[in-house]
Amino acid sequence: MRISLLSIGLIAALSTIGMSARAFEVEEYHRFGNGESRTLRILSTTDTALLTPMIETFLQGNPGVAIEYTSASSAELMTAVMREKHPFDLALSSAMDLQIKLANDGYTQVHHSNAVDLIPTWGNWRNHVFAFSQEPASVVVSPSAFDDLEIPRSRQELISLLRKHPDRFRGRLGTYDVGVSGLGYLFATQDARTSESYWRLMEIMGSLTPKLYCCSSDMIEAVARGEIAVAYNVLGSYARARKDLASRIEIIEPSDYTNMMLRTAVILNTAQEPALAGDFIDHLVDAAWNSPIVVEYPFHRYPTTGSAQNVPFRPIQLGPGLLVFLDNLKRKRFLTEWRSTVQQH
Amino acid sequence: MSDALPTSGSLRRRLTLQLVGSAAILATLLFFVVLAFARDVAQQTHDSILLASATSIMDSVSVQADEVTVDIPYAALSMLGNVSDDRVFYRVAMRGQILTGYDDLPNTSQSTRSGQSAFDTLSYKGNSIRMVTLSRRLSLNGAPADILTTVAQTREGQATQLAQLSRSALQLGLGFFLVATILAIWAAQSSIRPLNQLTAAVSRRGPKDLRPVKRPVPSEMIPLVLSLNQFIARLRVSLTRSEDFIAEAAHRVRTPLATVRTQAEITLRRVDKPENRASLREMIRAIDESSRAAGQLLDHAMVTFRIDSLERKAIDLTELANDLVDRLQPIAELKDIDLSFTGYACPPITGDAILVQNAVRNILDNAIKYSPNDTTIQVSTRQTLSTVLIHVEDEAGGFADMDTDALTHRFTRGENAVGTVGSGLGLTIAREVVEAHGGTLIIETSKSGTGACVSLCFPLA
Repeated sequence: MRISLLSIGLIAALSTIGMSARAFEVEEYHRFGNGESRTLRILSTTDTALLTPMIETFLQGNPGVAIEYTSASSAELMTAVMREKHPFDLALSSAMDLQIKLANDGYTQVHHSNAVDLIPTWGNWRNHVFAFSQEPASVVVSPSAFDDLEIPRSRQELISLLRKHPDRFRGRLGTYDVGVSGLGYLFATQDARTSESYWRLMEIMGSLTPKLYCCSSDMIEAVARGEIAVAYNVLGSYARARKDLASRIEIIEPSDYTNMMLRTAVILNTAQEPALAGDFIDHLVDAAWNSPIVVEYPFHRYPTTGSAQNVPFRPIQLGPGLLVFLDNLKRKRFLTEWRSTVQQH
Repeated sequence: MSDALPTSGSLRRRLTLQLVGSAAILATLLFFVVLAFARDVAQQTHDSILLASATSIMDSVSVQADEVTVDIPYAALSMLGNVSDDRVFYRVAMRGQILTGYDDLPNTSQSTRSGQSAFDTLSYKGNSIRMVTLSRRLSLNGAPADILTTVAQTREGQATQLAQLSRSALQLGLGFFLVATILAIWAAQSSIRPLNQLTAAVSRRGPKDLRPVKRPVPSEMIPLVLSLNQFIARLRVSLTRSEDFIAEAAHRVRTPLATVRTQAEITLRRVDKPENRASLREMIRAIDESSRAAGQLLDHAMVTFRIDSLERKAIDLTELANDLVDRLQPIAELKDIDLSFTGYACPPITGDAILVQNAVRNILDNAIKYSPNDTTIQVSTRQTLSTVLIHVEDEAGGFADMDTDALTHRFTRGENAVGTVGSGLGLTIAREVVEAHGGTLIIETSKSGTGACVSLCFPLA
């Protein structure tokens, strides 16, 4: 299959520093289990430690199986799959748009099972892309930086707080550098699509010289250290996972709306063990959507029903709409506008 | 009777098959028409969404700082996602150069002028896709620039939808066929019904019923019924003619026979030679037989004639039987036969007294004729639940095990009739009379086993 010029362009645009033309950049490699007969090769953007308990329970249920778990950034994942065609079975990623891109451009296989029927319809795209977590785009604040001030619960409250006390927060705000982080770009574009208040917030944050970060964990640590008072659009699941910092940070899920990122799994066309990959997806999906809740599932479980209309959680829609923001002209335009708003100095 | 007739197939089956056949053709036609229609509608819906998507992308094309830029709206692609979970491809090109999108998307085979759209069904990356291409002319640096916007979507969702529609169309077609089949069977049945009714009406008739068919029939059957009636009329005329002929012949024969008999008796008195007397007696016997036969033929003709227009008056059977017994007593006494009558009071029956009398007299004549000397004949009348009957029992030896039904046929005689003058018409006349009155004639061996027992049963009025 020909590789589209567009895809190459995208990967070039999304990839971070020092991308080799030959091989994608591996962050971590781990082999689980000592089974010899079958090996499941997983390429993932999720930290190994987070998914280890899930992998171990899977191996208990499937003796004779080994799992090779390779973690990489979402851009490197795309390089590995689309350009270099490494024979991975399964791709797990938080970059919903890129997973949709893989499925839309025909790099994935269909998978049917009883387990995937548990997923809400918005969490399953054509039985190719399966969501196995809901993770909020949260605001993480340092309570010590507020002392006498009320901690904001919504974007409007944050905007008015920043307007009232600009000097107190100057240089003490943080958010993703959307040009570097795929997840930051996803959150930013969804924010821009959802509400006008996003641009007002960026305008006022831009005027207060914000610090830009590559990753959620860096932002969380910066808040905990007291370097910054407010971090906007942080992956809430990572903040929750840092129980060691619980006393020094507060996680806010904005009450006007909270975008929910869905971590998704796809079976790749290059899979040598598609059935095993399907079983692993069922294992993840079952933990994510079935009851009772299992202890080894590493993410917080949010309600899935649309019954509670006032609940601010908005799962980002899986579908071709996500391809729009991957369009290189669209992306160039958005980044230009974002930079001119946020990087005013 | 009709078993032997060769058939040229069944009308009802032919009608049913033709109706069911046309229903099958119509149902198939319906299936394909509905399917084609549904396919058209589905295609049009899909096309209009593709066009809306392409239009919204085209609307986002603008010239900024002497450069063409595209700002694809989120809705342009998400609207396609709302219709089905199909894969989506797009491309924006200017003067043959790709501005953004999938560069390997095939080009439309149609030429598009500015403001026009073209739809194609093509294959891309091994999938069937539906593609719309929209064209618009922009002015760039004072020169015209043609922009082509292409949006394509795979057709799996459409295929699924069509499969569902085909199933529904198939169910519709089958349902139509089923209902039409039931209606066809019903229609065939009901159009054949008048024919069956006519058949039943004609078959129900008695053997002597030669009246024309008068019941109303569908107009298509009128010629058949007319022919049938003409045929019946011809048959009746021909029957009447032959009966008349027989009666006339019998009448003409009987009178000269009487003269011949008288002359023979006179001659018998004159001759002395024993052999001459013997042959004369033989001659008289033959003359008696012929004259009796002629009499019975006349009787029979009279019975047939009267049955055709049966008189209906009250008759007292006991009185009638008593009269006859009285009248025949002298003949019975000649043979020392004890002719006795036991009559119970019976309700009157309706009918033709002359005919009934004739019938009873024929039975009694037979009994006296075939009974040996010094025997008894018992005549009685009585009433049962639904009939009034006259019972004649003799000691003439009975009919052994001969078929009693055959005895009532014309010119059939019992085994003991050899040596006795008779024509074999007596029981026939009796049976025809009884049956014309709606009754039955029963012939059986008497309880003592020494004779026959004949019952004329008439229905109660």
